[in-house]
Amino acid sequence: MTLISAYLAALKRDLLLVIRRKTEVLTALFFFVIVTTLLPLGIGPEPDLLRKIAPGAMWIAALLATLLGLQRLFAADHADGTLEQMVLSPEPLSILVAGKITAHWLVCGLPLVLLAPVIGLQFDLPGDAIGILMLTLLIGTPLLSFIGAIGAALTLGARGSALLVSLLVLPLYIPTLIFGAGAVESYIAGLGADGHLSLLGALLILAATFSPWATTAALRISLE
Amino acid sequence: MQQPALHARNLRCVRGNQTLFENIDLRLDSGQWLYLQGENGAGKTSLLRILAGLTLPADGEVLWQNTPIGKQRQQFHRDLLYIGHHAGLKEDLTLTENLLAQLTIDGVHVSHTDVREALCRMGLAKRQHLPARVLSAGQKRRGLLARALLRPARLWILDEPFNALDVHAVADVQELLKTHLENGGLLVLTSHQTPDLGQRAPGFILNLSGQRS
Repeated sequence: MTLISAYLAALKRDLLLVIRRKTEVLTALFFFVIVTTLLPLGIGPEPDLLRKIAPGAMWIAALLATLLGLQRLFAADHADGTLEQMVLSPEPLSILVAGKITAHWLVCGLPLVLLAPVIGLQFDLPGDAIGILMLTLLIGTPLLSFIGAIGAALTLGARGSALLVSLLVLPLYIPTLIFGAGAVESYIAGLGADGHLSLLGALLILAATFSPWATTAALRISLE
Repeated sequence: MQQPALHARNLRCVRGNQTLFENIDLRLDSGQWLYLQGENGAGKTSLLRILAGLTLPADGEVLWQNTPIGKQRQQFHRDLLYIGHHAGLKEDLTLTENLLAQLTIDGVHVSHTDVREALCRMGLAKRQHLPARVLSAGQKRRGLLARALLRPARLWILDEPFNALDVHAVADVQELLKTHLENGGLLVLTSHQTPDLGQRAPGFILNLSGQRS
């Protein structure tokens, strides 16, 4: 029971902080909306081309938007000493870290999933393709948060950590990008998205199992 | 021979290529306190972090009830209250929210009423709904120490608990520490002012300044 309440407490505290300071969340969200809005404007009214690039463009924007919030994931806690207290908690640190990762996804990932239908219209995506796109984002964005947390923990306290996180994490995001965008593309091509979705799901299960532990180990090293 | 509750053996701490201290042996038992002295940079905080298990010593080990602390992290952390240099408060949350979140993370269940009472006892009754960022340094410190009232822990490790406190608050905190010792607790603290913890509790003073080579 205490495990669950510790997880919820870590999650709730981060969400409460976001509510108190809204600008930080809106940055990532605005970034996503602006990039995906400017792209059709820049390319011009060619529905065929737009429909073709839509999955890739939206996935790249989602990837970079998640990256924006990553660097702050542990940095603020490190600076004000709350991370230290979490390490000293009798509850397993990985549970608290999982709470923080969930909060990151709820703030930086879930809104992107919900915005996807609106953005998809700008690319003239058909309705069922938008459904598949939302599904890939729903599976894929938590994956991005899980993988990113490892990078954020490893670079904690390092100088220029914002740049380091991107260098470290972006290569690891590539499989997610390929399967995420690929699912929508192959669905549009009539090949079905099942294979891609299964792979994404497998990756998510793998990441959800191991990422909190890897992140915990990295945090302990960074705090030494 | 009876083993002490907190036992540090042969501790050595290295920062960069400088040895801060070595051959430190500590034995502390119920109702006893240890006061670390030393100039800035002598390694007081490093020693506290080693005792709390946040940093690994270059040499030696820390035993809590005869077991190395690394092997019983959960039990040791349940018995430990560590208040460090950093405030450990979220600036945008109120003291009540901060304490509630922190205590739940510590695995302690407290109600709003408990938190309110603890804050009142620390003289923060009117400040409990203000975000921590508008509080003064002393008020934040007092808010942190309110955690000590709500959480049962045998070993308190406090880094500069009297920092930024006014005379009145220092007396309150010393009272709090005395009660803790009388109840059989252990206390390790650093401070730039010698604490007055009464005659009843046996205390030790460790001066780290002489250790530096």
